[in-house]
Amino acid sequence: MIVYGVALLSACLILGMLIGEALGVALGVEANVGGVGIAMLFLVFASNSDKFRTLTQDAAGSGIKFWSAMYIPIVVAMAARQNVAAAVDGGVLALLAGVAAVVVSFALVPVLSRIGDSRAATGSDEQEAG
Amino acid sequence: MDIIETVFVRNNLVVAFAVVGVTIWLSYFLANKLTAGRIHGSAIAITLGLIAAYFGGVYTGGNTGVADVALLGGIGLMGGGMMRDFAIVATAYGVHLSELKKAGVAGVISIFAGVIVSFIVGAAVAVMFGYTDAAAITTIGAGAVTYIVGPVTGEAIGASDAVITLSVAAGLVKSILVMIGTPLVARYIGLDNPQSAMVFGGLMGTTSGVAAGLAATDPKLVPYGAMTATFYTGVGCLLGPSILFFIVSGIF
Repeated sequence: MIVYGVALLSACLILGMLIGEALGVALGVEANVGGVGIAMLFLVFASNSDKFRTLTQDAAGSGIKFWSAMYIPIVVAMAARQNVAAAVDGGVLALLAGVAAVVVSFALVPVLSRIGDSRAATGSDEQEAG
Repeated sequence: MDIIETVFVRNNLVVAFAVVGVTIWLSYFLANKLTAGRIHGSAIAITLGLIAAYFGGVYTGGNTGVADVALLGGIGLMGGGMMRDFAIVATAYGVHLSELKKAGVAGVISIFAGVIVSFIVGAAVAVMFGYTDAAAITTIGAGAVTYIVGPVTGEAIGASDAVITLSVAAGLVKSILVMIGTPLVARYIGLDNPQSAMVFGGLMGTTSGVAAGLAATDPKLVPYGAMTATFYTGVGCLLGPSILFFIVSGIF
């Protein structure tokens, strides 16, 4: 049943969001801390486990794959609803702050990726740190 | 005209599916014909979306780009946070745990490094422009983290509305630039494997930017980047109004 996969996906998202929201409250932060990331972890666990086979394989799996394939169209819609006009109106300071932050961050990607390689073997309980 | 409007507005989500579908078809057509596939079709589609959003925003004066045009209201739902998160989580289907573990430590480091580096850069720009009060410098720095961290920080530490607006604009510039720039620089920063995608997501942090940027680079990398990026805003909201503000207050 296709809906089994969709329901599993929904359950993962809701559970992740609840935990992310609770983390936010616990840390005294007005934001959801990693809810989507936690939800993704649940789905990774479920799709790698035999116990959830009926919810992740065959027809149920195509219920999840459909939404995965809808990702790019949804991102295009997301781009079309960004407040681009406000970004343009922000003036030189906003432009410079945004551009500089991106350029420096881009430059750090290869640096940190390399650190990751040498320390990869020790990575285990990573997600709680967020 | 009335009939068209009634049907379009009543079925707005369905209209959005059709409009986005046509946009993507056109984008892939252009990508193949004009660039011989060198620029990814989805990169063109996202750029078209952003251009449309600009004109939508200018034309309606609203905050949500094209979605403020009555006939295209469904774009707001289709591209809103709920559908975005739902689809992002779905991309985790088929991801192997081993890949996540490999980049775990680097991923966590990149989240903190990303927040702090963006903050410093944003704050430095604010100082360059002559800001001297700690609340304004912190808020603009936080805006360079993401457009959510900016206002959350600004409101917590009592920055002025004008400064908060600036911080949102800085965050929007960042998000849009990541969307457009990622496929262009991917090759030069080694963004072609799950580990570097996790580091990338942690460093950039803007969920929309990372989501769209990786989609236009290589859809297979999306789940890895999105996984770390979703922790970034939370960490930013945690550090911005606290440690980072205290440090800035100590200097100015």
